[in-house]
This record gives sequence, C-alpha cells and structure tokens, in this order.
Amino acid sequence: MENQKTIVIAALVENKPGVLHSVANLFRRRNFNIESITVGHTEQKGITRMTITVSGDEKTLEQVTKQMNKLIDVIKVTSLEPENIVTRELALIKVSAPDAKTRSDIINCVEVFRGHIIDVSPETLMTEITGTPDKIEAFLNLMKPYGIMELARTGLTALSRGIKSIKIDE
Amino acid sequence: MSTTKMTGANALLEALEKQGVKHVFGILGGAILPVYDALCHHPKIRHILARHEQGAAHAADGYARASGRPGVCFATSGPGATNLVTGIANAYMDSSPVIAITGQVPSAGVNSSYMIGKDAFQEADIIGITTPITKYNHQVRSAAEIPQTVNAAFYIATTGRPGPVLIDVPKNVQSETAEIHFNGPIDIRGYRPPGNPHPLQIRKAAELLLDAERPVILAGGGVITANATDELLTIAELLLAPVATTFMGKGAMPEIHPLSIGNIGMHGNPLANKLLLEADVLLAVGTRFADRATGNLDTFCPEAKKIHVDIDAAEIGKNIEVDVPIVADAKQALIAIYERLIQQAKKKNDTPWLQRVKTAKTQLNPPEKAETTELKPKQLLQVLRKLLPEDAIVTTEVGQNQMWSALYFKALKPRTFISSGGLGTMGFGFPAAIGAKTACPNRHVVDIAGDGSFIMTEQELACSVLEDIPVTVIVLNNGVLGMVAQWQRMFYKKRYMAVKLGKSPDFVKLAEAYGAQGFHVQSTTEFEKAVKAALKNTVTTVIDVPINSEEDVVPMVPPGCGLNQQVGDY
Repeated sequence: MENQKTIVIAALVENKPGVLHSVANLFRRRNFNIESITVGHTEQKGITRMTITVSGDEKTLEQVTKQMNKLIDVIKVTSLEPENIVTRELALIKVSAPDAKTRSDIINCVEVFRGHIIDVSPETLMTEITGTPDKIEAFLNLMKPYGIMELARTGLTALSRGIKSIKIDE
Repeated sequence: MSTTKMTGANALLEALEKQGVKHVFGILGGAILPVYDALCHHPKIRHILARHEQGAAHAADGYARASGRPGVCFATSGPGATNLVTGIANAYMDSSPVIAITGQVPSAGVNSSYMIGKDAFQEADIIGITTPITKYNHQVRSAAEIPQTVNAAFYIATTGRPGPVLIDVPKNVQSETAEIHFNGPIDIRGYRPPGNPHPLQIRKAAELLLDAERPVILAGGGVITANATDELLTIAELLLAPVATTFMGKGAMPEIHPLSIGNIGMHGNPLANKLLLEADVLLAVGTRFADRATGNLDTFCPEAKKIHVDIDAAEIGKNIEVDVPIVADAKQALIAIYERLIQQAKKKNDTPWLQRVKTAKTQLNPPEKAETTELKPKQLLQVLRKLLPEDAIVTTEVGQNQMWSALYFKALKPRTFISSGGLGTMGFGFPAAIGAKTACPNRHVVDIAGDGSFIMTEQELACSVLEDIPVTVIVLNNGVLGMVAQWQRMFYKKRYMAVKLGKSPDFVKLAEAYGAQGFHVQSTTEFEKAVKAALKNTVTTVIDVPINSEEDVVPMVPPGCGLNQQVGDY
C-alpha cells in the first residue's frame, strides 16, 4: 500500500473492566490495523497506559486518534513523534542447545546483544532480550539456525524523551 | 452529604425522576422484575408497555427526536436486551439520545452464586454486544453507584454529539439495599464535549462567506439537534445563500422559504443537487457527509471552498477534505459566524446568485398541480401537507415511502420530520410515531408507511390503542418491498426475487383486530376524507392507500454516480 506509515500511540485510559474491549473493538470495527499493543499501570492511580503501534495512511492514522478520543473511558490520546521517543520491547526466546559448542555460541551472541540467559536445561537455553523491535529481529535471525522452540514478545512500549510527559491533570 | 437507605430499583427510578423522566417504554421480564415492582411506588413515571422491545427502543428514539429530551426504554436480560439492539443501533447512527436500561442476571446472590458469565438462563453479554452501537455503556456493580451512573448516562447522551447510552443492572443490584445519595457531581475526565468555536476559524469562515459569489449552506441533523434553525435562517437571509438540507437535516429550514432548495442526495431534490455543485463556498453545518448525501465524492462540489462545522471532531476530514474546520456546537458556531459577518456584510436585496436560484427553482421545482385522479405518492403527500397543521409530526418507515416523503412532503419546522436515516430501519416509523405522540400529546403525529415496513412493527398497534396514544398510519400499499423491487427493476434487469408481498394482510381488518380504525381509500378525495377523519379520531387510524407496484422513486442518483448524474424528473 502507498503512503503507509507506522506510528506509536500512547493512550491513558480508565482502569475499568471493558476498556480494552472498547479500544480493540474500535480498531476492528473501523478496520484500523494494530501491530502491537501493550497495557499496564501508570504512576497515576486508576490510570492505565496503552501503547499501540498502528500502521496506515495519514488519513487513517488521524482517524485512529480522533475515534479513540471519542471513547468515554479513554482520557488522553497522544501520537508519539518517532524522533523523540525511546521504544523498547522484551522477548523471551527458547532455543535448542543440545551440546556445549552450541551453548557457548549462543551465550556469546546473548552477551553481544546484552541479553540474559534466564533458564538452562540439558536440551535448551532461554534468553531474554530487551531493545527496539529491530534489535530483537536481528537477534532472532541469529538464533534461527539453532532452532527457536518457543518465542514470546511483549510488543512495543514507549516514552517520550526529556521533561515532556503524558499525564492527566489532577 | 445526605443519604437515604433504599433498594437499587428505587434508586434507579428516583434518579430517572430527578432527570425529569416522565415516560418509559418497555417490556418486563424476570431479570428486571425488581425495577417493575418499584414502578408501583413511582406514579410520576408512566410506563408504556410495548409489544416488542424493538418497538420500545424506537418509541424512546421518536420521543427524543420530537422533544429534544432523552427517551428511555427498559428491557429484561437476554432476549429482551438483544431485541433492543436494532433500536439502539438506529439511535446511534442518527445521534439520538436514548437511554436503555436492561436487567441482567445476578452478579451475586442466592447461595452465593455468581451467575454472570455462567451462561445463566436469559443471559446475554449486552455490554459486549452494544459496545460498538452505544456512545457509552456500563454495568453497575452496586446499588450505591446507580444515581451517579444514571446522571452520567444522561449527561453523555445529551451533550456533545448525542447518542444512546445503555445501563445494565444485575438483578441482585436492583434488589439490594444501600445508602444512596443523589447529588454527586458528574466528572468524567475522559469526556469533554467541545466548547466555543475557535475564533481564528470563525474569522476564516466569515471571510470566505463574505467573498463568496455563490454561497450555499448545507444543513445536517446537527442543526436540528443544536436547536440552531433560527441562527441558520438569519445567516442564509443575510448572505442570500440558498439552504440545502441533508436527509437528517430536513426541517432545519422551512421548505417553503424562498431560499430553501430541498434535500441533497441519492433521492434529493434536483434543485439542491444542482445548485450545491455550483457553489463557490459551501457552509456545511452538523453533517457527516454521508455517502447517500454526497454521491460520488470526486464530483462533489469541486469548485467550492468548504467550511465544515461539526461538534464531533472525528467527522471533520473523515469523508471529505475541508478548508475551514470548526469543531463546535452548531448554534454557538453559527452565532459566532453571524457576529463576524454582520460587522462587514450589508443586507442585500438581490444578487445574481439569488436570480440563479429563483430561475433554477422555476425550472426544476415547477409549482404543484393536481395532475391525475390516480393515487400517486407525490400528490398524496402534497395533499397530506395541506391537511396537516404546521407543527404536525411526520415519521416515516424506510424505503420508497421514506424517499417520497423526503422529496414531496415539505417540512416546515424542526423536529417535525422523523425518520431512520443512517441505519435505514424498516419498522422504525410506527413506534417512533407512538414515542413522538407521547412527547407531544397535543400535536398530530402521522407515520407515512409502506406495507413492507409497517408489518415489521405492526404489533405496536396494541400498544397505541391500549395506552391511548392515537396516531395515524398511512400505508402506501404497493404489495411489494418497493425500494428493492425498484433496484431489481433498474439494476438487475427486472429479475424480481423475494419482493412480492401480495395483498396480505388486509390492513383495515388488521387495524380493527387491534381495536384501531382502518380505512381503504380508492381516490384522492377519499384519501382526503380519511385523513380528516383520522385527525379527529381519538383512536389510532390506519389508512390503506393502494398505489401502483411499479411506481419508481425518481429523481435518483444511481449508486456510484455523482449528484450531477441524477435521472428522472421531480
């Protein structure tokens, strides 16, 4: 598709049952494309932060924020500027490592990527990698030849740099 | 803060009373029995028993549209609640403030059983089901939170862009007793309806309008919702700008005014469709540029600078690109634009554009004449207009009856033309008429129906007769599902499939079976007589008017075409 881009939206929402449903439902109904979504508590009580990576053309992305703003339980929606944010994702990867040679090769890679080995069994290694999605992709490519047995990624989360913050005025 | 000990059911009714609710349309069932029991102690609220929950929801919608006050409907859990769904979706599409209250299976209760989520008898996840078709919905978890929830529901339903709100009340919450207080403040931090229009945009809009040679105003339903029809007329007269309306905006401009050019759209008035495309500046107010209104967007007002006023920011730039966006209440925006205009504009008596409007009007909307004694929709609707007082309320069903009404029945006041625009719900008009009559008991209410649509909610005849809410139903009876038959005729080479309804039922006998009165008419004179009798009648009247089954609604902009490609004469 032409003019497609990906943006990261940070939304502060009420910590109430059903909010995730209404947000997800909105995306489905209006045919917006969620690449990833992470949800968790914030420093403010009763407020949950959703970090949504969404792709589409300019017009669609404008509609995404406008339509999200209409949801009553969504308090604030901000489209984060890519040049001004820090993004991270965490991945847990279980790799097949049946012999000492493989094991040491994998451990070397993990060190280069500043990951951790968090579980070892006679047949497997589990590693934890944090970074931008690109870094995680790169690491996964390295692991593929060994055999990725299981993979869990959190999806992207993000904060803007410096003093600027997204907050609800109390 | 003072509190009172009472049950959730009483708290609910008390909160509704405090919101000024005098009428509720509904049907009871097991999971809402405590509320109905409490109704015995709340004589100020009149409960009107519908015969199907869809009828109750449409009646609440009609009530809201006729009065501008929210309409309320009740239903039980499960099928009661799901039967409301069409009515709620309808209200959502047309931005109508309907408050739906549903019973729900207990969230806790006897033998410490928690029934929600256990697939209990008559359980349906109505919150999940109605999330995409309500402005807001909420399941209360305790009696204490009921007044706050009701107040928030009314606030959300009636402010900003109005819309339906559903409150789901588990049965144990209705029965439980709690300390209740009613006057808590409403503070919804995620909901701030737009305030005043932005001065810079107002200035830009005024400048465009002052420089315009061929200004056209397009009024949508938002003008009616905002009660901004006077402000609209003032600006139109100052600028000598013709006013077109969208289907939902019908009634925003008295249609006999010299500057009124009628509805735009697929079955719009050719005058409106033509002049709109000639505009150099378009002031669109309270409209979402729906596909049925604009036709093919590539040919929609190509030369016009567009000013778009809407209270819903998401509507701006959604369907068409605009030059001046104004996010505000239509009334506030129009007042601000007028104040700006009046500083520089002088009242004009004539302009070349006004001459153009007048000439086009004589060509495209020739004066009415009684052409034939045959029963023709156009003529019937013109006759009906003459028989009805200015403030009479007309509702319509959906299909040909609706489009003929839009084309030929002239609305003279706001909130006197009530129809299902966005969702296009057959069966809406009759229960909506009952709702409108309940809100405005001293005015005449007429449902212009087709035989196909009327059948869909005809059971509400029982409600209108037994609750003593007399309305008039005019069935334009062509024995077919007329609009789809027309499409099969025009676009599917007359391969008629599943559109024939035949002569069943006999609408006079049907009316009589419910205790209403029925008339068959065979001529325009008989039609006139029947309508006059209906207006005097103290019971609901059904007038069965046979019309030609092959009568098309024209003019028409074929699907996918631009407004400039309209076919057929007005």
